[in-house]
Amino acid sequence: MPRYGMVIDTKKCVGCQDCVVACKTENNIPEGYNRDWIVTEVKGKFPTVQMEIRTERCNHCSNTPCVSCCPTGASHIHEFGGIVLVDHEMCIGCKACVEACPYDARYIHPDGYADKCTFCINRVEKGQNPACVEVCPTHCMYFGDLDDPNSEVSKLLQSRKWHVNLPDAGTEPNIFYLI
Amino acid sequence: MILAEQIIELTTTRHNPHVDPFMAMWEWQIPIYLFLGGMVAGMMIISGYFIFSNRYKVTNCACFSIPFTALVLISVGMFALFLDLAHKPYVWRLYTTFQVKSPMSWGAWILLLIYPALIANILMKPSPWMLRFIPKLSDISAKINQHPFLIKNIGILNMLFGLMLGAYTGVLLSSMGSRPLWNTSLLWVLFLTSGLSTAAAYVHLIAKNKEESELLAKADNGFITVELFIFVMMFLGLLSSAKPHIEAAQLLLTGPYAPAFWVFVIGLGLIIPLIIQLLAVNHKIKHTPIAPILVIIGGLILRFIIVEAGQYSHWFNAHFK
Repeated sequence: MPRYGMVIDTKKCVGCQDCVVACKTENNIPEGYNRDWIVTEVKGKFPTVQMEIRTERCNHCSNTPCVSCCPTGASHIHEFGGIVLVDHEMCIGCKACVEACPYDARYIHPDGYADKCTFCINRVEKGQNPACVEVCPTHCMYFGDLDDPNSEVSKLLQSRKWHVNLPDAGTEPNIFYLI
Repeated sequence: MILAEQIIELTTTRHNPHVDPFMAMWEWQIPIYLFLGGMVAGMMIISGYFIFSNRYKVTNCACFSIPFTALVLISVGMFALFLDLAHKPYVWRLYTTFQVKSPMSWGAWILLLIYPALIANILMKPSPWMLRFIPKLSDISAKINQHPFLIKNIGILNMLFGLMLGAYTGVLLSSMGSRPLWNTSLLWVLFLTSGLSTAAAYVHLIAKNKEESELLAKADNGFITVELFIFVMMFLGLLSSAKPHIEAAQLLLTGPYAPAFWVFVIGLGLIIPLIIQLLAVNHKIKHTPIAPILVIIGGLILRFIIVEAGQYSHWFNAHFK
């Protein structure tokens, strides 16, 4: 069984928001909501100031506080590739998972259930890439099986330096940022 | 944010409602529920203790009036929880599963245990108006009172389930590692003690038995003192932890929530009532409803501040400063 993850090359990301628009279109995201978004981080001390642009979304963590806290089992790790999903029919909208996510990657859909990035599971199950990966004009995003040493994502993680968001939170994210 | 001349600036295009610019998902319903849940937990422990220690043999014992109030209050609290749900028609899903790792799932089932324990307590001596509506209750009451062993167990059950309910209200929040202010193992002790304190204040306020009123005022002084001590320990723990925890503690100590915390929770909710009640139990002044009312309002404001400041506290706060 694969373990899906995403590798994002921050050297290539220009923050064009094509991924954001693609996600909204593919997943019919309500107006004013985001499953993915762009973060621009500027840090350092003049004159050696660095800027990193990255596209962020649910980290599909291996250690999932959002799943643990769910009182109905609506939040779950899907058997297909370890993707973290929400069963809309099971969700009661208690918002515990939204509070539990240290990345604030979830929101409450206007229809009343918790919602977030699904890695476009409808596409992935057909062997396609998530919509955000598909449209990226700079090809900064890679999607694949982290457990397969021959996959593109594994090779990139072997050959480049990378970081994850908030490693101290202990959630073991499966979104990696190449630096 | 500027750290030792080092710039760290984050901007985000995300703007999800109630998530950005800072988390405000849980609104007034949750603190109301946590307050009522804590107070009912305290009431059950006090009532259970009165039963267990044979005080129920005194005709005007508060253990006969507490459970009905507790039943009403916990129902109001559960209704507040229901109002908070975004997907209300699916609320029954809570009771088709038990999720071992979810404090909220534990809480949902604990809330179901509360009702039979409180009803059993009520049935020990139903109010005259209840007997007017359902005369058969007197038969049930007579049967219960024939068995002192059963009565003792009603007391134990009330204390046990009260303890579980009071502890769970704190664990619900403290299990969230994502919110540094909540993520302290002392939160359940704080909420349990605060629940006991507000319940003691309520019994102090309504007790018809003067001895009981005096006893509960003394007990409340103890609970308030312990609560102040827990606050000190909690802040020591947070301030000696990671930076997000230090920033979280500062939200209450010196930050935007500090005026409300110091004035309404510590000052008017704990220290002033403690002084008044210390004078009262030492017979320097008469017992007054002011102190217990302040304790109850302080307990309510405490839940509001902890819920709101907790949501504001964040590992990623730098995003929005």
